Amino acid sequence: MSESPLWHGDLVPLDTISPGSSFLSLLEARGLVPTWVISAGEGSIQAPEATTVLAIRHDDGVVMAGDRRATAGNIIAHSRVKKVFPADEYSAVAISGTAGMAIELTKVFQTELEHYEKIEGTRLSLEGKANYLARMVRGNLPMAFQGLGVVPLFCGYDEASGVGRLYTFDVVGGRYEEQDYAATGSGGAEAKSFIKGAFQPGLSEERTIEIAIEALVAAAEEDAATGGPDLHRGIYPNVVTINSEGIIELEDDRVAGVASRVMGGRP
Amino acid sequence: MSMPFYVPPEQLTKDRADFARKGIARGRPIIVIEYTDGVLLIGENPSGSLHKTSEIYDRIAFAGVGRFNEFEMLRVAGIRYADLKGYSYERADVTAKGLANAYAQTLGQIFTHEMKPYEIEVMIAEVGAESGTTEIYRIQYDGTLRDVRGSGAMGGMEDALTERLESALEGIPDLATAVRVATEAIEAVLEAEVAANDWEAAVLDRTLGRRKFRRLTADEITTFRTP
Repeated sequence: MSESPLWHGDLVPLDTISPGSSFLSLLEARGLVPTWVISAGEGSIQAPEATTVLAIRHDDGVVMAGDRRATAGNIIAHSRVKKVFPADEYSAVAISGTAGMAIELTKVFQTELEHYEKIEGTRLSLEGKANYLARMVRGNLPMAFQGLGVVPLFCGYDEASGVGRLYTFDVVGGRYEEQDYAATGSGGAEAKSFIKGAFQPGLSEERTIEIAIEALVAAAEEDAATGGPDLHRGIYPNVVTINSEGIIELEDDRVAGVASRVMGGRP
Repeated sequence: MSMPFYVPPEQLTKDRADFARKGIARGRPIIVIEYTDGVLLIGENPSGSLHKTSEIYDRIAFAGVGRFNEFEMLRVAGIRYADLKGYSYERADVTAKGLANAYAQTLGQIFTHEMKPYEIEVMIAEVGAESGTTEIYRIQYDGTLRDVRGSGAMGGMEDALTERLESALEGIPDLATAVRVATEAIEAVLEAEVAANDWEAAVLDRTLGRRKFRRLTADEITTFRTP
C-alpha cells in the first residue's frame, strides 16, 4: 500500500500523478481499491445475496424499490438489508447479487459522484453516471466468475432533458437503457411480469409507488428469496422517488400504509 | 565552480515570508463570519466559475486567497483527503481540525522546501450541531495554524477589514446581518461599490441535510443587503 493520507499529523499529499476528479482513480493511485482475492480451486463460498429490486418510470420521474431480504443458499441471511441507495441528489442505485460486494460498490459509486461534483463544481450527466457505474461493474467481472456477481439497477432524473431514466446492467458491464420499467434479482422476472400488467403511460407518482410495492409482494409470493412486506415485524421495502425536486427516501410509515392497502389486510 | 553566497536562515525565512505576504496582499480579501445557523464565507469575485470558496465535506467548507492555482491545488487535495478518510472510516470522522493540521503541514513543508513559497492563505470552517460549536481555522503561507473566533478576514487589506468586522459585530449575527456587515466592510476598504453579481458567497447551513454547503445567489445577497 502506498502513502495513505489517513493518519493524524500527515500532510495533505499533493499528488504528482493526478487522479483527476475521479474517486476510484484516487483509490487506485493510493492502492486502496477494495479487492477480494480468491485463489483458484478453493471451492466455492456462499456469501449472502441480495434479491429483488425494481424501478418504474412515470411522468415526473422514477420510483425505485427493493425488498429487504438477503439469502445464502436456503438460509435467510438478513431480513432487513437495504438495497436501494441514493447515489446523489438526482439518482439512485439498487443492488442485486452478492450483497457485501454490491454494498461496497455502491459506497464507492456514491463517493465517486460526490467527489466529482465537489472537484469539478458540477454534477455528472445522468448518462455519465450510468456509464461510470457500468465501468465499475465491469471491473468486478473476475469475481463474477467465482459466482460473486454484482448486478445493479440505476435510475435518476435527467436534469438536462427533464425526464426520469433507468438503466440495467449485466455482469460484464453491459449497460442498457430501459424504457418504462426494469427489475433484477431472483424475483426480478416475477416483478417484471406484474409491472407489465399494471403499467400504463401517464402514471402518477403515488400510483407508481403502489405498483412498485405490489410488484414486490407478487415477487415474494413466487420467489422464496424475496421477502415481502412484513406488517407484523415492521419490515417494509425501501422505496425512493426521484423527480425534478430531487430524491426522497420514503419513510417506513408511508410505505407501511401503502403496503397494508395493496395487501388488502393480508398478513 | 562558483560558490553560492552564504545567506543566514533568518534572512532566507524573512525574504520568503515577505515575498508570500506581498503576493497575498495583492489579492482580493475573503471574510468568514459565524452566524446563528452556520458560517458565511464571502468575498468579491467577478468570476462565476473560478471559485474561492468550496465544499470540502458534509460540514466543512474551504476559502482561499492569493494565487488561484496554488489554493486550488490545496482545495482539491483537501477534498481527496476528506473523501478518502470518510470512505475508509465513517463520515463523522472527517473533521476540520484534522484537515487544518494537514494543510498546515503541507504549507509548512512547501514554505521551507520549495523554490518559492505558496502565496496563499486558506480558511477551513466546520459547522457544529448547535450555535457556538462552529470551528474556523486559518492556515497561512508558512504553515502557521490559527483558530478564528466568530469572524475573520484574509487577503488584501485584512487589517482594515478585521477592524471593521470587530466594531460592527456584536455576538453572533443572523445571516442577513452577517452578509450586510461583510459586504459593507469590503466595499468600504475597496472604496468602490460591488455589483450583486460580483459577490461570491457561500454558507455552511446547519439546517440543511447531510451536505451543509450552499452557495448564495445574487438575488439572495441583494435581499439580505436591503434593510
